[in-house]
Order: sequence, then C-alpha cells, then structure tokens
Amino acid sequence: MHHSIEIDHLTFAYPDGHPALDDVSLIIQPGEKVALIGPNGAGKSTLILHLNGILTGKGFVRVCGLDVSQPGNLNRIRAMVGLVFQSPDDQLFSPTVYDDVAFGPLYQGLPLEEVNQRVTDALNAVRMSAYIQRVSHHLSVGEKKRIAISTVLSMNPEVLVLDEPTAGLDPRARRSLINLLHEMPLTMLVSTHDMHLVRDLFPRMIIMDEGRIVADGQTEQLLYNTALLEQHGLEAPC
Amino acid sequence: MLYSPAPMHIPDGFLSTAVSLVLWVLSIVVIAYSLKRVSADLGERQVPVMGVLAAAIFAGQMLNFTVAGGTSGHLMGAAIATILLGPWAAILVMTSVVSIQALIFQDGGLLALGSNIFNMGVIGVAVSYMVYQTIHKLAGGKSWGIFAGGFIAAWLSIFIASLAVGLQLALSGTSPANIAIPAMGGIHAIIGMGEGLITLGALVFLYATRRDLVLAGEKPQPAGAAVWVVGLLIALALTVISPLASAHPDGLEWVAEQKGFLDTAQGPLYEIIPDYVLPGVSSEAVATILAGVIGTLIVFGVTLGVAIARRNRQSSNA
Amino acid sequence: MIHTLDARVKFLLAIGFILTTSLTPGERWPVFILLLAVILSVEVLSELGILFVWRRALLALPFVLAALPLLFTTTGNTLFEFYMGKWHLMASWEGLERFASIAMKSWLSVQAAILLASCTPFPELLAAMRAVRIPRLLVAIFGLMWRYLFVLVDEAMRLMRARAARSSTSDQTATRPGRDIAWRARVTGGMAGNLFLRAFDRSDRIYMAMLARGYDGEIRSTPLYPLTAQERLVLTVGFLILLLLLTLAYLL
Repeated sequence: MHHSIEIDHLTFAYPDGHPALDDVSLIIQPGEKVALIGPNGAGKSTLILHLNGILTGKGFVRVCGLDVSQPGNLNRIRAMVGLVFQSPDDQLFSPTVYDDVAFGPLYQGLPLEEVNQRVTDALNAVRMSAYIQRVSHHLSVGEKKRIAISTVLSMNPEVLVLDEPTAGLDPRARRSLINLLHEMPLTMLVSTHDMHLVRDLFPRMIIMDEGRIVADGQTEQLLYNTALLEQHGLEAPC
Repeated sequence: MLYSPAPMHIPDGFLSTAVSLVLWVLSIVVIAYSLKRVSADLGERQVPVMGVLAAAIFAGQMLNFTVAGGTSGHLMGAAIATILLGPWAAILVMTSVVSIQALIFQDGGLLALGSNIFNMGVIGVAVSYMVYQTIHKLAGGKSWGIFAGGFIAAWLSIFIASLAVGLQLALSGTSPANIAIPAMGGIHAIIGMGEGLITLGALVFLYATRRDLVLAGEKPQPAGAAVWVVGLLIALALTVISPLASAHPDGLEWVAEQKGFLDTAQGPLYEIIPDYVLPGVSSEAVATILAGVIGTLIVFGVTLGVAIARRNRQSSNA
Repeated sequence: MIHTLDARVKFLLAIGFILTTSLTPGERWPVFILLLAVILSVEVLSELGILFVWRRALLALPFVLAALPLLFTTTGNTLFEFYMGKWHLMASWEGLERFASIAMKSWLSVQAAILLASCTPFPELLAAMRAVRIPRLLVAIFGLMWRYLFVLVDEAMRLMRARAARSSTSDQTATRPGRDIAWRARVTGGMAGNLFLRAFDRSDRIYMAMLARGYDGEIRSTPLYPLTAQERLVLTVGFLILLLLLTLAYLL
C-alpha cells in the first residue's frame, strides 16, 4: 500500500535564480484531507506544480508510489493526480464543456464509449450534467470551477489537488463548492487562504512560509495557535 | 460588437473564380508546409501559444488611436507575429485570424479567403521576416535593429500586401489596374504607418518587460532560404507588374497581350453557346422576368410552409 | 429548421452556393434572381429574419467602391457623362451592368456566409472543418483562438477604457490633448504589447493545464458520427439545385 504523496527533501529554484522551495518533506496517506496554507509567495503553487512533474527540483517526489522524475511515469501520474488550478478560465480551454471533460480520458487513449461514460460520471459528480454542450465562456465563476474539477475527475484520479478553490466565489457558490468537496472520498490537498474552509473540511494542516514547511499537524490544534499563524502572515478564523 | 472592416479583407464577388482558386492553392501549399515546420521545430507548447496569440492579434486589431479627425490607425499584426513567433508559426496565426474573421464576422469572403490568407498571412509574414532579419543583422544585434526593423517590416508588410490586393482585383477585372494598384498602395502607405508605429510601441514595451520573447523568434530557420526566395519573387513580381500595369490605361490587358496570356476579360471566356437563351424562350428579358416569377413563387411557398409549420407547432403546444 | 442541420451539410452547401455564384458569369440576371430566391428561402427557413441577415450584409458594402471605376472604364453606350476640369468621365450602361453584377454577387455570397455563421455554433463548425480534412493542428489553433477571443477582446476593451479614463483635457490652453501622433501611437503600441504579454502568460498556464490532463503534443478529438440518410439527401438536393442554376447560367 503506497503513500498517496511522498515528498522527500525537495528543493527548487526558478531559472532566474529566485529560490522557491527549501528542503520540503511531507507524506500524505490515502484518504487524508490536507490543507496547505501560507502567505503569498510561500511556495504553495510551486510545490503543487511538482506533484505532476510540470516542475522538477532536487529531491524526491513520489505520487502513488511512482517517481515523478522518471518521464515514463508521467502519463500515469498525471491521471492519478488531478490538478485543479486557480483560474478556471485557463483550465477550460476547449470549445465546449464536453470537449474539456473528455480531454483527459481521450489522452489516456480510452475508447469513445468509455470516454462518454467518464464525462457523464464526472459531470454528475459535480452536478453539472445539464451543461455538457455549453460553451465555457458564458458560465459564471462558480460553474466554471465545478466544471474545472470535473475535467480532472474524468481521469479517475486517486488524489485531488486544488489551488485556491474558493477564491472569487460568492457566498452561495462557495457553500455549494464546499458541500461538493465534502462528499468526495478522494485524497485531497488544497492550497487556500480560506480559513473557514480549512476548519470545516480539513483535519490536517500544513503551514508554509518562504519555501519551507513551518508546521504540519492537526487543524484543531494549529488553528488556535494564533501566535504561529500571525508570525506567518495568517489569521485565525473567527 | 464593434468591428469595422479593414480595407484589405476582400469580400466574395470581387475576385474571379480563377484568381480565387489559384490563391487558394498557393495558400494551402504554404499552410501545409508551415504546419510541418511548426510541428517539427517548435513542439507541443506551440498550440496554446499560437491559439492565444491569434486571439490577442484579433483583439489587438481593436486597439486604435486617432490619426486625424475621424480616422484611426490600427493593427494587422503580421509583423509583430513574425517577430515574436518566427515565420512559420506566424503564418498559421495569421491564417487563423483571417479565417475566423471571415467565418464568424464575414470580414472578407469565404471563396476570397484564400487570397486574404495569402495577402495578409503569407505576403505579410514573408515581407516582415525578410525585412526584419535584414535590418536586425545590419544592426549587428544591437537594439536599434529590433525597433527600426520592426517598424519598417510592419510598414512594408502592409504596403506590399495592399499592392497584391490591387493586383488581384485588376486580374479579376473588377478594378482597372491603373486605379486599383496605386489607390491601394497609396492608401496603405499611410495606413502602414499606423501599423509601424503600433508594432514599434509593442516591441518597446515587450523589450523592456520580456526581452526573451522579443529575441525568441529568431531561432535559425534552416529553410530560411526558401522564405527569402519566395518573398523576393513576390516582391519583385509586384514591383515590376504594378507600375507596368499602372502606366497603361488598359494596363493589365496590355501586359497580357504582350505575354500572350489568356484573355482575362470575363464575358467571352465563359460563353459556351453564346446565342442560346432559355430553350423555347426568345429573349433574355423574358427569361429574366420568368426567373423573377419563379423565384418569387419559391420564396412565397417557403414562407407559407414555415408559417403553417409554426402554427401547427403552436396549436400542438397549446 | 436550418439550425438543426448537421454543420457539415451547412458548411458544404454554403461554400457550394458561393462557388456557384462566383462561377456564374456576370450579367446573368435570371440566374442571379433565382439564386437570390434560394438564399431568401433559406433565410426564411432559418427563422432568423431577412432584415437580420441584410443588416449584417451592410458590413461588406464599403468595398463595393473598389468596383466603381468600372462604370467609367467599360466601353459602351453612354449612361451619363461629366467634366471635371480637364477630365472627361463617361459612364456607360455596360459599366453599370458590370458594377451591379459584382455588387449582386457580393451580396449573395455574404448572405450565405452570414447564414452559415448564424445557424451553426462554432464548435460544430470546427467539427465540420475536421470532416473536410482540414489538418487537426490548424483546427486546434482555431478552437483555442475562438475560445479566448472574447476573453482577450475584453482585456483590450479594459485597456482602452483605462486609457480613456486617463485621457482628459487640462485647463491650460497651452497644452494639446493627446500630445502628438507619435506619443499616441506609442501608448497604443504599449497596450498591444501588454495584451501580447498577457497572452503569452496565459498560454503558459493553459499549457500547464493541458499537461496536467495528459497532453502529449498530439491533437486528439472525438470521431464524428456519419451523416444520416436525411442529411445526405439535403446535401444532394442542395448540390443538384446549384448545379442546375449553374447550367442555366451557361445556357443563357
């Protein structure tokens, strides 16, 4: 039985020299729901991009037991880790919703009937079945975020990684997205500033600052360590 | 949506079928080659770059600035695309821009699309590439070469493309050569300044913020020679034919006769059985009236049919 | 009714119509009228409204000026003439007929194009392009361009509004609003550069999103269903009508 995510002494600097990650190590077990928090520039998004090999740094990154640095593994890894980026507009790049949700299964080489089945299931899971033939441009931000999630769900991933899922959503859309995430049994890693979301859904919390992990533990305990939070530019939810 | 047609997008009906088809063939050949080169050279990253840049150029064509009174200068984009992406990707980007303009906004015809692609895409890019590379090398890589090269490339791309449009109109018999070519050239010599200035402004901005992007389009192109030859031939052909045509009132026909080309006049070429009208009908006027009656009946019948169908739909919904 | 037809049928018939119009020799008025009847019928069937189509057709109108000289350069019976200083311009009936032919052909063609665009959702048009064997790489570029067209146009509009918000005339009489052309052009060029920069950054993010879902450089898409018998019938009948009209044009 493998760890879902295993990061071992990961260090990474951008080509222009800007250091982003400094000796990051963490392990996420199957089924865990973990929140990654920290101030802007802490390296959260950079870390996420290492999970499916878009960026590679020094150290080890293993996803579901597969080493990310081996190019031969990348196809399988990208199907196992569903990465949902912050801006849904960049993730919905196909002409129709169907095309976007079908993209992942198509590139996995699945036959047409199975692709269609995956699309139907994924849209069902996010309650957006009626939108299948719609053009993504005209949808609201909340609708786009759900469909963005379905575009990775259609690959049947083991782990769902979301970058700022509730950013830019109005209270109703946010509530409905939280309910959606609550229902999903997948292993989840979420990078967010939304402390209420963390408190409601994520029992484990990792705090990052300046490319390093400064705390990793139970949300219940860390959330009320006000001094620690403020030290790293964060605020406790009221 | 605010969209003003640019004077270089030729609508359908103005080019003869022959000219349209020839230019289609030329465009298809160039596009096919560009597709091959782009796939080979530039890899998988290029699809999103080309698609989004095409959208940016389209959007960029809406940016304008007042020149004088009510006129404004704005962008076509071949030069900046060539400088940023290299010639082959730029041809595909311009093809995309021109095609979508024709398909969705009817800016330029569908049969004439081949020539619009050729004029704005192929000629625009080829001229831009040649001029920019020349001036850039002349400057020995110093930054003034980029800016001067960009400005002149942009201006020339518009000017020479417009000569091509004039030539095509003349060859189609739509516009006499001694008016079309100088008119297009004259107008676009001025419009081209706008293109030059905006391209220059964009290069200044990008050079300051993302110099790597500006310098990226210069990867060595092994078949660069092909581009040079093609571009040079086009430019030469236009420069030679245009004044030749303009100097004679029946400019192009004079040239055609001299070279023994086919008679480019429309009428005689197409008349197979010139004295036949509608079988059984004696004069063309009657044929026209008959056609009018038949036509009206058709439209009337269809309208009636649609109205009946709609009524049936409503009564079945009630 | 037209809206529900398969995009491939509409695409091929529209191109067929435009080609037929183009191949019809000039001044074949009976055929022009019949072609007009055909396109008007389709407009009625499409339930878009004839005025809707005609209003959009006005866009192509200005180009008609390019053919205006034909009025004067075609030899024939005098329609009217006037003198401008040393210039003697003589318009002929034949010239008018040629000019009108060109205008008519253009008008017919643009109506067909408008119908095609208005009755076919663009994603279906992309599928039709794949069906006629347009290379997948090119269709993919078209698709991406279309998807981000309005997004980038919005960005351009925002840039222009920001510029307008900062463009005012001051009370000092000595200053000239907007300074000179060179400055204005540079500002506009800067906006264009800004737009392109954002486009590049966006394309990077899109590329990452594509990679995250398994993109490997090859363009893949779902296969198209074959045309139904009914659609094939419409296509065949359409082409036969066009062929008929074209034959008529050559017999006249």
